[in-house]
Amino acid sequence: MRITIRRKPYETASIRSSLPLCFERAMTHLQFTGLVFGISAVAGCLGALTGLGGGVVVTPALTVLLGVDIRFAIGASLVSVIATSSGAAAAYVREGYTNIRIGMFLETATTIGALVGAYLATRTPTAILAIVFGLVLLHAAWSSSRGHPRDVAGREDRLAERLRLDGTYPSAQGQQHYNATHVKTGWGLMFGAGTISGLLGIGSGALKVIAMDQAMRIPFKVSTTTSNFMIGVTAAASAGIYLGRGYIEPGLAMPVMLGVLAGSLIGARQLVGARVRVLRWIFAGVVGAMAIEMIVTGARGIK
Amino acid sequence: MNSFDDVKLEKIVAWLLISGVALSALVVLVGAAGFLSNHGSELADYHVFRGAPQRYRSVEGVLGAAGPSDWRAVIQLGLMLLILTPIARVAFSLMGFVLEKDWTYTALTALVLAILVYSFIAPH
Repeated sequence: MRITIRRKPYETASIRSSLPLCFERAMTHLQFTGLVFGISAVAGCLGALTGLGGGVVVTPALTVLLGVDIRFAIGASLVSVIATSSGAAAAYVREGYTNIRIGMFLETATTIGALVGAYLATRTPTAILAIVFGLVLLHAAWSSSRGHPRDVAGREDRLAERLRLDGTYPSAQGQQHYNATHVKTGWGLMFGAGTISGLLGIGSGALKVIAMDQAMRIPFKVSTTTSNFMIGVTAAASAGIYLGRGYIEPGLAMPVMLGVLAGSLIGARQLVGARVRVLRWIFAGVVGAMAIEMIVTGARGIK
Repeated sequence: MNSFDDVKLEKIVAWLLISGVALSALVVLVGAAGFLSNHGSELADYHVFRGAPQRYRSVEGVLGAAGPSDWRAVIQLGLMLLILTPIARVAFSLMGFVLEKDWTYTALTALVLAILVYSFIAPH
């Protein structure tokens, strides 16, 4: 007589569904705080170096790794974006990387876009949008990893001149002067960035860097630090809404905020000496991972 | 020549960001120390969304609850200061552009500030 031990189908199912939640087992606040602080420090460092904010790492880490509810994770992610932005921006503005005028001018586009996005959110198929946007980001990650030929010389943009969108930034060869070009295209992309972030709650930092770097031909370090400067304002605009809905849970947001802040200060120090090639690769890697994540979530949403 | 220029504006913005971040981090740290020393060994559970308690959702609620009897409200107060920092940065930039008599940027910054204020007071 043969004895076969078969696992009941629902048992395998339950094991499989709990697999990604590596740390789902009960944890005390002390353990939880330590773990989340560590993850957030990495997120803050990457966010400060790439101009993407900490949310790209924090949201999936909290939901997939720790099994935190997505709404709590969104609240914590907003806090992380503001913390990265403000923490690193103080250093970048003082060092002379951030262009306050470019940031201020483009913020008109992102905030108007965010309002439009919030208005459209209830009547748009976000799952399909996430897939389309994910594909756009995949392409953008690839092209930004290669950089672009410096063809700024000789090209004058009248609007850039009127808005004084030029500046200097510190580099290995001393202070470098630069001009912005294609200002209208840049503004349009920023409007898109604001709308997308209002609709999907993610990805505005990526589009911001890409618009400044690829369209307006602003030096990469100026693009990432100016994006970093701007994302805090975009996040603060929606933080009020999420605070009122109870998405921001102090016990969870506390280690995220402190960790991200510590990480962003370390990242800001690294940026000064970092080579642009290396920064481009890190940026492309993080954006590529984010794009794939968006496509997967979008595909799940359609089913 | 104008006595107030972009260099001064950058200094003020950097100073404001540092103070905002330092102050909010300090308040969060105090709250965290109190919270963890009293509840550190209790179990953390954020798997199910119940929403943060009502008193943590408004400025008045947090100000009323913050203290040694409610450390999480102290943390929340620090987080609110952090959220306020970028908004204060826009407000200070607006004043800077007025002092520079740069009316184009005064208008652009006023527009951004108006949208930010609207997003906070508009009914959701």
